[in-house]
Amino acid sequence: MTESSATGAAARGGPGHTKRSAPARPRAGRPVRQGRLRRAVTRSRTWLPGLLLVSPSILLIGVFVYGMIGWNTRLALSDKHAPIQDGSFVGLTNFVQLWQEARWPAAVGNAVVFTVVFVGGALFLGWLLGLLLDKGIRGEAVFRTLFLAPMAVSFIATGVVWRWLMNPAPAERATGLNALFVHLNMDFLVNDWWTAPDLGMAAMALPAVWQLAGYIMALFLAGFRGVPEELREAARVDGCSEWGVYWRVVMPQLRPVVLSAVIILGHMSLKVFDLIIAVAGQQIVADVPAVYMWAMVFEVRDPAKGATIASYLLFTVAVFVIPYLVWTVRKERSEGR
Amino acid sequence: MRSRRWSVTAAGLGLVLVASACGDGGGDDGAGGQVEVFSWWTGGGEEAGLDALIERFEQENEGVEFVNAAVAGGSGTNAQAVLEGRLQSQDPPDSFQGHAGAELQDYIEAGYIQPLDDFFDEQGLHDAYPDQLVEQISYDGSVYSVPVNIHRSNVMWFNPALLEEAGVDGPPETLDEFVEALEAVEAETDAIPVAVGAQWTVDHLLESVLLGSLGADAYNALWEPGANWDTPEMAEALETFETIMAFTQEESAAEDWQEAARRVSDGEAAFNIMGDWAAGYFDELGALPGEDYDWAASPGTDGTYMWLSDSFTLPEGAPNEEQALSWLELVASQEGQDLFNPVKGSIPAREDADPAEYADSPYLESALAEWQAGPQLAGSFWHGVTVGNRWKNDIDTAVGLYLQNGDLDVLNEALHEAAQTE
Repeated sequence: MTESSATGAAARGGPGHTKRSAPARPRAGRPVRQGRLRRAVTRSRTWLPGLLLVSPSILLIGVFVYGMIGWNTRLALSDKHAPIQDGSFVGLTNFVQLWQEARWPAAVGNAVVFTVVFVGGALFLGWLLGLLLDKGIRGEAVFRTLFLAPMAVSFIATGVVWRWLMNPAPAERATGLNALFVHLNMDFLVNDWWTAPDLGMAAMALPAVWQLAGYIMALFLAGFRGVPEELREAARVDGCSEWGVYWRVVMPQLRPVVLSAVIILGHMSLKVFDLIIAVAGQQIVADVPAVYMWAMVFEVRDPAKGATIASYLLFTVAVFVIPYLVWTVRKERSEGR
Repeated sequence: MRSRRWSVTAAGLGLVLVASACGDGGGDDGAGGQVEVFSWWTGGGEEAGLDALIERFEQENEGVEFVNAAVAGGSGTNAQAVLEGRLQSQDPPDSFQGHAGAELQDYIEAGYIQPLDDFFDEQGLHDAYPDQLVEQISYDGSVYSVPVNIHRSNVMWFNPALLEEAGVDGPPETLDEFVEALEAVEAETDAIPVAVGAQWTVDHLLESVLLGSLGADAYNALWEPGANWDTPEMAEALETFETIMAFTQEESAAEDWQEAARRVSDGEAAFNIMGDWAAGYFDELGALPGEDYDWAASPGTDGTYMWLSDSFTLPEGAPNEEQALSWLELVASQEGQDLFNPVKGSIPAREDADPAEYADSPYLESALAEWQAGPQLAGSFWHGVTVGNRWKNDIDTAVGLYLQNGDLDVLNEALHEAAQTE
């Protein structure tokens, strides 16, 4: 982002310079070449400073982001399964082999369940809270702060607290939320939370929903406020119900908000690591690709396998982010920016 | 004019950024009089034990500055990641801590650490350590690390009052008796028969069950490359494991070893199989040995010491090799080990320790007596004695998947496969 806007600024500054230093008319022989040189020098003045200004960041991003991605890809395509091996090119073998073992598909399944519940839950809850605040509630500022507060907490801290809240002990030894259910005589609600074999990851998404819903609320609230009151008035005059105003007039205006929210939540969800480690540690029941990658790189010390998992992660995040970038660029262009 | 100033500024900014990104490669003065020791002993008895060693080292080696490069984090996972980076960039500490045995295999194969055979000969360590211990920590006939302490993995902790309530006569000695005792506890009391914690404590339970069911020789043979795990004996051992797992508490995945051990001393669970570091934890809780908790070798393993050990190494290219050797000399000595171990809550790896130093702790006293009586030795796989990191991770994954799907045949097959790939 930063470097593209910087180049833009340099380009805009350009025309002024060229005009000011309009070259003298060339004469015969050597002077012509001299003139050309001078022109080249003056022209370079228009783009060189800009380039120099952004070159450090181009260089650093080139090396430390794209260079590393390239290196990672090279590792993933090699059979360097121990730090001391040299490794030779084996194509997509690693990418295929991952699917043949038992752990990887399970980890992917867990990540999918987590993502669906987390993104769906945070969107719905955020939208609902935004809607309620938009309808005008007394002490809106207080509620807004209250809902946003979890954002200030780290996933690790959230995880430690929710690890206790979601203790899976049965009714006779219940603690946390299960104890609350027992206390309220609602024993049927006592459950295994994240330790349930199949859909445990749905419970694992609850702390993440709790933490991010406030942020999504802020996005929606800003979106709701951005819809001109005249539009709503017009709809009401035409006999639209209050619900219809939201569903048919306001919501269609909020598509960009929903899209940004999905992308922000989606890429967070695919990379989730700290929350899992804080709640469950390294256990297969809560295994996700990022935890698996960590184990491969730092415990087993298998560079090729770690890099393969990293490539899959990068790829899935790219599936979320690239359409968003394309969409943003197109929108900016259509708005003539 | 303006644009030239721009260019200069931009170029200057670029230089600054590049310089700051590259950083400087840590200006080691390389002068003698220093020794840097890397460990993950940053808290509790471990830190106190290390401090006692450091104090003695500085007394004996005046003018040598001791640099304590300890990195926090349970059982060294963070520290090992930091260490890996230093070793790969050829910036090794003068000595680093590692679990003795196969866990050091990666370092040895990568040529990061030096063999210590000459050091062992000079210091007469072959006589001081049990022969079987030296044999089990050797790699291709050479030793690469100096064991400081010994922990025992196959300890069964139990609650005497609950056993009495269930009508169980003393601690069970075989796995069959153990299962009977578990049934009795379930039938007669409200307590959890056997407490476990998160996935790794189940790995820990598995190694004790394997040792108890197969016996020390067959257990030790499991870790030879290409060993056969697909045998009727193994199937039987795993069935016993499954039977025991049925008596554990539902919420185990959400607990670590401390919670599982505490259940025994609090009278919520009858049994727990955990390493002997639990003794230190019971002390911390103020639980009374013989009353709130008691111990015995895990069922079927009496007379066998399933050990694990912290040890120190000599990295290839250590900046201060001479001082590093003085450090190793201290940690290998009877004096050094008797300084460190009573505080850390473990027993010395040497056989000639002074029992008087350990008389304060009933557990350590009994453990040391047993160690000095020359028990059979078996290495703990979960704590990195018998298997390298990859094999260990494969077993952990197989056990984790078993906890999900409960399929014993798949577990056996996965364990067999893991043994073939090494």
